[in-house]
Amino acid sequence: MATLSIREVSRTFPGGRGRAPTQALSACSLDVADNDFITILGPSGCGKSTLLRIVAGLDVASSGTVLLDGAPVAGPGADRGMVFQSYTLFPWLTVRENICFGLREQAVPAARQAEIAAHFIAQVGLRGFEDHFPKMLSGGMQQRTALARALANDPKVLLMDEPFGALDHQTRELMQELLLDIWETHRKTVLFVTHDIDEAIFMANRVVVMSARPGRIKHEETIGFAHPRDYRIKTSTDFARHKARLTDEIRVETQRAALAG
Amino acid sequence: MKPLQPVSAGARVVLGIAFFVLFFAAWAVATLGGFVSKTFLADPLTMLRDGTTLLLEHGFAHDIGMTMWRVVGGFLLAAALAVPLGLAMGAYKAIEALLEPFVSFARYLPASAFIPLLILWAGIGELQKLLVIFIGSFFQLVLMVAVVVGNTRRDLVEAAYTLGASDRTLLTRVVLPNAAPEIAEILRLVLGWAWTYVIVAELIGSSSGIGHMIIDSQALLATGQMIFGIIIIGLIGLVTDFVFKAANRRLFPWAALR
Repeated sequence: MATLSIREVSRTFPGGRGRAPTQALSACSLDVADNDFITILGPSGCGKSTLLRIVAGLDVASSGTVLLDGAPVAGPGADRGMVFQSYTLFPWLTVRENICFGLREQAVPAARQAEIAAHFIAQVGLRGFEDHFPKMLSGGMQQRTALARALANDPKVLLMDEPFGALDHQTRELMQELLLDIWETHRKTVLFVTHDIDEAIFMANRVVVMSARPGRIKHEETIGFAHPRDYRIKTSTDFARHKARLTDEIRVETQRAALAG
Repeated sequence: MKPLQPVSAGARVVLGIAFFVLFFAAWAVATLGGFVSKTFLADPLTMLRDGTTLLLEHGFAHDIGMTMWRVVGGFLLAAALAVPLGLAMGAYKAIEALLEPFVSFARYLPASAFIPLLILWAGIGELQKLLVIFIGSFFQLVLMVAVVVGNTRRDLVEAAYTLGASDRTLLTRVVLPNAAPEIAEILRLVLGWAWTYVIVAELIGSSSGIGHMIIDSQALLATGQMIFGIIIIGLIGLVTDFVFKAANRRLFPWAALR
């Protein structure tokens, strides 16, 4: 059972050349249960990506710890897969080779690699594109490959840092449905950072709202929609109620951030 | 003509050849038309006749072979040492801090100024020629490779780590393949520079090679031969450049995609 526990994690970036140090994150605590799908919502610059990067081991907390199954996280590892906002497919590898990157790292036999790759390629709807290089793909297809690449490693936790942020609105909605569909099959533990309120409600079991910088967790909301979810829930009254409340929460923070400059 | 508008592949070839034709035509008019004295500049026909004599009667093919082997030998030697060192400098900041200032200094030392010293150390044999090319290309290569490697996209590095890459596999599976096309491009560029060093080395102290033929011809006022030698260098440069480019396209198809 994969449980993730973020305990009193804070992050201060050192100043330099006479500038004061910036506190990006004040002590944050969050317990993520097995199979949870948590979205972290916050105004830009609130430190939500920093929090995710600390969980991934790509950044180091100034204080506090992150525990995965009781063991403290020290550096990045294959047990925490990550999908980034920027397109991070390896340009010299084909779609299939990108998806097998982590498997090759673990020295999985070639036949098994091909099997796993084929499974995830089918799941993200990229059949026929196995031998394409990333540059030949659209943004949405690249992010689907990145998702398949992270899933192929079978990580305990899937970390997603605004993965659909660079996509157009329609593609983004399709990607949300795809991700939700995959989550409903695999029941991965997901931590998903976004500033899109609809996206946060549609996919999550729990939405966590962060304050303006220095970020802290100021509000949590359980989203009770049954699975499998259909895109039509976005027009339901329950959805609208969640959205109204979260919009208010975010609005205050965005204003504070704007005033702080 | 609109700015930045591409032209068709056919038009490119025609235009490229057209300028060569124009160049030779202007040269022919200037010399055959009697505008320039024959003592200073041979006409294209004399140049070709002299070139044929050189090749058929004076064993110029051997000189071309010698020069090519010196360039390739010295360049391969420099590349074999410079590429790994550049990789190490680009990847490990402590190594970079140690070597970068010295290499930056050394690359401004003109290779041709070393020739008198190298003649003292190594005589006027092949070793001296190889060393001139080595000095001329090694430091340039190291620095350029180090910059390319140091500029590896950080998000790709991070993605690799989250996929379970170790520090060692990061180098072999991300840093190296990512930098490979640009390193190949650097090699192509510096090989062009190596050609200028070899000719200078041959002009100063040599008993064979294209440069040696050119300096010999000067004593005879054989401008046709001198120009033929220079044009041969240009042609070899053009061909190697073309081969290098074609090889890079074949080796790194993903880098050519746009």
